[in-house]
Amino acid sequence: MTSAHVIASEVRAGTRRATDVLEDFLGRIEAHDGDVHAFNTVSAEQARAAAAAIDAAVDEGRDPGPLAGVPVAFKDNLCTRGVATTCSSRMLEGWQPPYDATVVQAMTAAGAVMIGKTNLDEFAMGSSTEHSAFGPTRNPYDLTRVPGGSSGGSAAAVAAGFAPLALGSDTGGSIRQPASLCGIVGIKPTYGRVSRYGLVAFASSFDQIGPFATDVADAALALGVISGHDPVDSTSIPAAAPDFEAALARGVEGLRVGVVSELTGSRGNGAANGGPVLGDAAGEVLDGIDADVTERVLEAADALADAGATVGRVSVPAVTYGLTAYYLIAPAEASSNLARYDGTRYGLRVEGADVEEMNRLTRRAGFGDEVKARIMLGTFALSAGYYDAYYGKAQRVRMLTRRDFDAAYADFDVLLSPTSPCVAFRFGERADPMTMYRCDTCTIPSNLSGDPAMSVPFGTGAEDLPVGVQVMAPALGEEAMLTVAAALERAAPPLPKPPLARMSGSKGAGS
Amino acid sequence: MAATSQTATGAALSGWETVVGLEVHVELATDTKLFSAAPSRFGDEPNTNVTPVCLGLPGSLPVLNRRAVELAMAVGLALNCEIRPSVFHRKNYFYPDMPKDYQVSQYDQPICSDGWLDVPGGGRVGIERAHLEEDAGKTTHLGGADGRIHGAVGALVDYNRAGTPLLEIVSRPDIASAAEASAYVEELRAILLALGASDARLEEGSMRVDANISVRPAGSTDLRTRCEVKNLNSLRSLRNAIDYEAQRHIELYAAGDAPVQETRHWSEDGRTHSLRSKEEADDYRYFPEPDLVPLVPDDEWIAEVRAAMPELPASQRARLHECGADPDDAQVIVGRGLAPVVLGALEAGADAKRTVTHAVQNLALDGAELLGSDHLSSLVQMETSGQLTATQAKTVLGIMCERAAADTADPAAIAAELGFEAMDTAELESLVDQAIADNPEAWEKFCAGEAKVAGVFVGAVMKATRGQADGQAVTGLLAQRRDA
Repeated sequence: MTSAHVIASEVRAGTRRATDVLEDFLGRIEAHDGDVHAFNTVSAEQARAAAAAIDAAVDEGRDPGPLAGVPVAFKDNLCTRGVATTCSSRMLEGWQPPYDATVVQAMTAAGAVMIGKTNLDEFAMGSSTEHSAFGPTRNPYDLTRVPGGSSGGSAAAVAAGFAPLALGSDTGGSIRQPASLCGIVGIKPTYGRVSRYGLVAFASSFDQIGPFATDVADAALALGVISGHDPVDSTSIPAAAPDFEAALARGVEGLRVGVVSELTGSRGNGAANGGPVLGDAAGEVLDGIDADVTERVLEAADALADAGATVGRVSVPAVTYGLTAYYLIAPAEASSNLARYDGTRYGLRVEGADVEEMNRLTRRAGFGDEVKARIMLGTFALSAGYYDAYYGKAQRVRMLTRRDFDAAYADFDVLLSPTSPCVAFRFGERADPMTMYRCDTCTIPSNLSGDPAMSVPFGTGAEDLPVGVQVMAPALGEEAMLTVAAALERAAPPLPKPPLARMSGSKGAGS
Repeated sequence: MAATSQTATGAALSGWETVVGLEVHVELATDTKLFSAAPSRFGDEPNTNVTPVCLGLPGSLPVLNRRAVELAMAVGLALNCEIRPSVFHRKNYFYPDMPKDYQVSQYDQPICSDGWLDVPGGGRVGIERAHLEEDAGKTTHLGGADGRIHGAVGALVDYNRAGTPLLEIVSRPDIASAAEASAYVEELRAILLALGASDARLEEGSMRVDANISVRPAGSTDLRTRCEVKNLNSLRSLRNAIDYEAQRHIELYAAGDAPVQETRHWSEDGRTHSLRSKEEADDYRYFPEPDLVPLVPDDEWIAEVRAAMPELPASQRARLHECGADPDDAQVIVGRGLAPVVLGALEAGADAKRTVTHAVQNLALDGAELLGSDHLSSLVQMETSGQLTATQAKTVLGIMCERAAADTADPAAIAAELGFEAMDTAELESLVDQAIADNPEAWEKFCAGEAKVAGVFVGAVMKATRGQADGQAVTGLLAQRRDA
């Protein structure tokens, strides 16, 4: 697979045509997306026009930008002018936004070429893409398994070599968990680092857009392009993006790395308690985190210690309440954010005898079961008489989480944990909602705190499937996070390529 | 306040007093909407003044309008409120003209709280709060009589109004009569106009008043069950509705019954009607709007807003009163927005009595508020100098108002056009010199810059000419002598 860096430098140098690059990727999509179903829409015609414009710019001696000619896939909850934006919901099937999301503008202004819109769990609610109204996405490593979610289409697209870069959104782990399951890099930036304007809201106080890439350098490149203050997003942080790529070459010598005890117990397979560096976790360790995953995380910690970092265990007690708090606040916000899909202005309408019935029938037909469940849960959590006990208390847990992270970051520069408690699972294996929700146990705390976190591949677990290590940092601490991620990438055991990615696409078949 | 309620039918029901609290919504006079850059303007083609934010399109986000906040703060300061850090909440309910199916509104942390308003001719009414919120769109029902929902076969929604900034000003239940309620609204309106915060038109809906009405035994301090009355499109409706509703409550209590807390609709048949109660109780599921950050005005910003505030009606009335206007006249002048013109003319030396008389009797005209105070002052001085008769002055004034917007309202020029004659200059010059010689102290003051004392010389010349002199010519000569 060619990286975004290589493509952009070749296209900028005029040694490779953006249109040729595009046709290679369209060919792979044509050959394999029938199996993977990463895309809801492949925008081949717009992409060809955009690629031709990039080539024309190069021919005229203009620089198309740092992503010159790099095909990029956008999660189908990012608004793209004139290209359907469905959220994988019947409710918005065929809806064409009249405007581009700020990140879409930023990527195309940097020379990227939108290749299509990727599948997701409906309205980003899920951890497997099984909740897409248009059918699930399959994991390129094993088509009988899920790619994770909710940004499963974006993760699978990058893992399958359908695009070198993709953007997703992360509300409770929806970038990091599928990145982990698909063996690629995924970043959830600091809340407010990247504009949310044009991201169809699920839970506004958690939603954050971030990149998927096959390596840390490409992810950092894309992150740099989409970061920065946006005056049309009131929660956007008025800070310029630092030079993220410069952070990659820095060593980890002297960096303090804390392994979160609650998320990382002892080594598996009966190995002696405590590895070369770390002892067992003291105190509570969350159930349900598979031993193969824990083992990779502790090996990753060892590797960082070998590279010169100071590694230790740290307790962040509030993370054990994260899941519960999240599943009150996020549905509460969702119940309000999704009220607008009432059949009046856009999207699906099912006619009724009066407005109320039209609203009711539209929502009944337009939303899938998981979305309905969360709307009901959120409506209940905000109801008079229950607000304090549910929403109010969950907000206090959120504050507690921030406090506990702050305490941890007083002693450590970055924190380490698993990204996902397990490797990619089979379709239907986690059909029980609580089992599915636990997929996000390790990722949710960073959404509660608003801090940046990312997943970087580190070897394989059961069935030779990829395992991702989560690197977390304090707010606006992306640089240290990327430094550590790059070091992990250098130290990681080689990851087999997904079988699909090894096949070549039939060239030119995308038309 | 009277401890006896006077009902609409004139029947006094002794032993009861009326308790009223008012909720007043005003549209703030901003160029753009509360959370989007769309024009905040009416009368355009439906659904043209809209952005993705106004339509609640997926992915759109609100950005707070700074000007709306400043107008809200100015109103709050004028109402003696505290300006506090505030938070926007979402008020969730389904309605087709609410694009997001929630309204963004300040809830338990409003920007303005705990103030008061002194009602002219009434008491001090507490202001509980004033908070910012967004307006909804406008629904037109098709097929029903007069666009009403009953019998309608369909509906059209215009979102041009959606997102217009509203300030809701909530009084405490301190109002004791229909007359006081009316005076409260008039005074509030005068303040809003003075601040340029709203055009505050009740009939057009840019100012909407809901009244919370209850009664209680005279002398009691407890609050009984209240009814909220809506659809009050004029001060007359407000007064009549309060009288009607108070009597209804009194009669219910007299019959051993009691009113139920509910929302009622005032209709022009002179009654309030219960709005069919909804099957389910409203639960708006308020929670903090996560797309906005808390609004925390710092002291510097508040001071800037305060410094930019114009003179308020109460102060204008007091100054007019000091100049000799009686309270009713002062109220009329302030109500017409003429206080700056009138006070300016008086400062320039115009005769108070004539100026006030003109303002009250002859300036209920469009354009009057645009008159230059120098022009009004000149006109009055022409009249008091005898150059114009009262009738002539009124004629000139009418033309001045027509031309005020074009700034060609010089009364001397208009008088000349109309053929009103002035005195011979040489004769006038000697009379002016005589007047200066007769009043050396006043002359000293005049030369020191006290414009007001010009009246002394004008008066002397007028006396000598038995009112035939041109007052403006006299002031012109005085200035010439001074500057020579």
